[in-house]
Amino acid sequence: MPRKDKRQSQSNSLLRKALDLVARYALMVLVVLLLFGLILLISGKDPIQSYKDIFSATLGSSYGFSEVIVAMTPILITALAVALPSRTGLINVGGEGQLYMGACLATWGAITFGSLPAWVLLPLMLLLGTLGGALWAFIPGYLKSLGLVNETITTLLLNSVAPKIVAFFVFGFWHSPMDTNKTPNFSSAARLPTFFNSRIDLSFFFALALLAAFWYVMKYSRWGLEMRAIGGNPQAAKRNGIPLNRYWVIIMCIGGVIAGLAGMAQVSGYYGVLLVNFSRGLGFMGFLVSWLSFGDPLGILVTSFVVSIIVTGGNLLQLTSGIPYAVINILLAFTLFVVLARPVFFKRKEA
Amino acid sequence: MDNSQALSPTTGESAAAAEPLVALRGITKTFPNVVANDKVDLDIYNAEIHALLGENGAGKSTLMKILYGFYRADAGLILHRGEPYAIRSPQDARAIHIGMVFQDLNLIPALSVAENIALFLPDLPAILKAKEIAARISEISKRYNLQVDPHALVSHLSIGEQQKVEILKLLLSDARLLILDEPTRVLAPHEVDALFSVLNRLREDGYAIILITHKMKEVLACADRITVLRKGRVAGSLLRSEAYENALVELMFAKKIPALQVSHKAQHAQAGKPLLELRSVGTRGEGAETSLKDIDLQIYPGEIVGVAGVSGNGQKELGDLVLGMTDCTSGVKLLNGEDMTHLSIQQVRKGGVVFIPENPLAMASVPYMSVLENFSLTNIWRYARHAGLSMDWQSAKIDAQSTLANLGFDVPLYVPAKALSGGNMQRMVIAREMSHQPRLIVASYLTRGLDVQSTLSARKALLQARDEGAGVLLISEDLEELFQLSDRLIVLYQGKIVGTCTPAGTDVYEIGHLMTGSEVNYAPQG
Repeated sequence: MPRKDKRQSQSNSLLRKALDLVARYALMVLVVLLLFGLILLISGKDPIQSYKDIFSATLGSSYGFSEVIVAMTPILITALAVALPSRTGLINVGGEGQLYMGACLATWGAITFGSLPAWVLLPLMLLLGTLGGALWAFIPGYLKSLGLVNETITTLLLNSVAPKIVAFFVFGFWHSPMDTNKTPNFSSAARLPTFFNSRIDLSFFFALALLAAFWYVMKYSRWGLEMRAIGGNPQAAKRNGIPLNRYWVIIMCIGGVIAGLAGMAQVSGYYGVLLVNFSRGLGFMGFLVSWLSFGDPLGILVTSFVVSIIVTGGNLLQLTSGIPYAVINILLAFTLFVVLARPVFFKRKEA
Repeated sequence: MDNSQALSPTTGESAAAAEPLVALRGITKTFPNVVANDKVDLDIYNAEIHALLGENGAGKSTLMKILYGFYRADAGLILHRGEPYAIRSPQDARAIHIGMVFQDLNLIPALSVAENIALFLPDLPAILKAKEIAARISEISKRYNLQVDPHALVSHLSIGEQQKVEILKLLLSDARLLILDEPTRVLAPHEVDALFSVLNRLREDGYAIILITHKMKEVLACADRITVLRKGRVAGSLLRSEAYENALVELMFAKKIPALQVSHKAQHAQAGKPLLELRSVGTRGEGAETSLKDIDLQIYPGEIVGVAGVSGNGQKELGDLVLGMTDCTSGVKLLNGEDMTHLSIQQVRKGGVVFIPENPLAMASVPYMSVLENFSLTNIWRYARHAGLSMDWQSAKIDAQSTLANLGFDVPLYVPAKALSGGNMQRMVIAREMSHQPRLIVASYLTRGLDVQSTLSARKALLQARDEGAGVLLISEDLEELFQLSDRLIVLYQGKIVGTCTPAGTDVYEIGHLMTGSEVNYAPQG
């Protein structure tokens, strides 16, 4: 009897949770759409028509859908790079920098060992890319474990260093004869394979595998338990014998590994070349997605999908309606504000 | 003390005829899962000390926080001089001259006494008249024997002095009804006597005083009127002249509690190897922490070493030091004869050391995890399977259930820890730490928040572990507990061990003087 009751109440609360989640997103999306519609109106565009265009260009066709998946891949990965450390209470704002460093080291591999066959070169680039991200995340993690500097600040500041390092190598050594701001195109062996006759590449499946691993580890493994304990109450975790500092360094590095993977995938899969300033805030979008979804695996999947629709649709608006790209940033900024204003949306429920 | 007892009946009875200053009628307050106050009636008269007696969790603090406007009652009425008066905030309460001293004092350490008091005054002018305020403080503190230097920084004051400042703060802001929430919890015995003489003076000047306590002796020493709360209800209200100890105990607990039989070994096996040995260990306290200095301490198998001290004199740091939370800056720490100065907490715990911290909510549990998950936290390595890829929740559950059953505790396993009451949280932590035959138990405030029954079984479990050869470091502010359970007592004052003795060879006053660092002729024993 009691077991049955428990199961029933469990499924009830699950349903309520799901409905709550849907309502939460719907309301937020509505507010964002209204605010952005206002901007569109002011700049003389028809918001309804623009939204229709966005829809038909993203979910309306198989090509549009594949483009959404392509845009979603790096965001999903960098969101995981934020979500994992966040479970131990670490705030990794540095996905962007770690992504740049991953791209940088992967590119070095692609340029130096370009003649190797793909089955050697791609794993090598993957290794280098993750190493780059890990290196960039180790610094904040280590400083945090020493109790010297807050990781939020170090990761944020290192974000502006990494693109400069990339620029240094591209302008200084790697640039192609034609353009100074990018490398020559990678050899085909250095490119991630693509699928479904679209631009969706192998990294999308990496992303899904990482998401599944993240879910499993957090839910079932010893490490997930320990990490949740650290995130839930670091003092208690420490007194209970969980090695806090070791976790902080390692988890931060794994976050960097994940973000570095996204960087490697960007240059090896999406671009096939390393461009100076190629990532216009992918790491920050991952941050946004991770916090929007409270680090919940399913939430990350859904949210990164929604954000990708905005990005892809925004690109289209830029092309067809002559709206500058900056407007997409306005749209994303609205999204961020709404996320930050989350307590306002849920005041009544919490009271 | 004798003085107060002689005075109390007369004042109490004469005031009873008058109209109450404040009356509570049918106050009810529910928290999730708990009815904290259930239709409580209470009359407070001028020139009376009204003791609110009850064990932990009886609803005393809640009731007073309602009167002070800190909580709002779900139902019930507050009458001020016979008229209904709505108290929605502490401001409302202060408007009718009610003031409260909370258990954890609320002063700002970086400011001086005068500044702290000035901050609280209702008619604070834009430009501080520092001299005037200091003069008023001196005047009042002289009249009521509450001497403190108005210019001293609060961070330099002892807890006892800070309490005086809190009382001064209320007096200067024209409070006529003073609520004191367990004021004696942080005081040494002779400081308690001094506090009571201050309260007597205040009563003579017509102040109404509510004293929240769970200590019988204090009630009998100074109260005029006693209201006993039990499980949120008024179990009885009597005048001092009608009250005697046994009747109050029965009102508090509704049943007779068997006394715990403790046998102390006259000669404990100190000849053997000590379980834990600290050799002139020092630590550096950071922030509000106390630095430990020159700690020399041995704990042998099969003995309970009690640590007495006023809170904030290094007890927390001593526990943390043994566990390895704080590093030694000097000295050596030995566990079973082996150097453990630089071991990690995990290694120390694997060596059989367990830790029951003073504040289980903040220091031992993860609020959003289930009780069972919390239970497994100290023993994750026992339950991890497949190199850590999964956890054996079945055996964790069996261990948890059997330990809880042995202790006679009933704690639900599948609710988030944050849903537990303070008592259940403590039960969970005690059961967790005792679950795998610990060899050295560091227990801070073992019985805080526990009812009488659970207190008894927690103490029994500790004694049983001792008899089975475990060593115990028992940190407590409850001197009765320390005297009852300890085989040996040490006293901490400002991070140093200032005395070592046996419970039989000393008394509370001697310990009390050591605890407060007062100058007494005292030759350490043992």
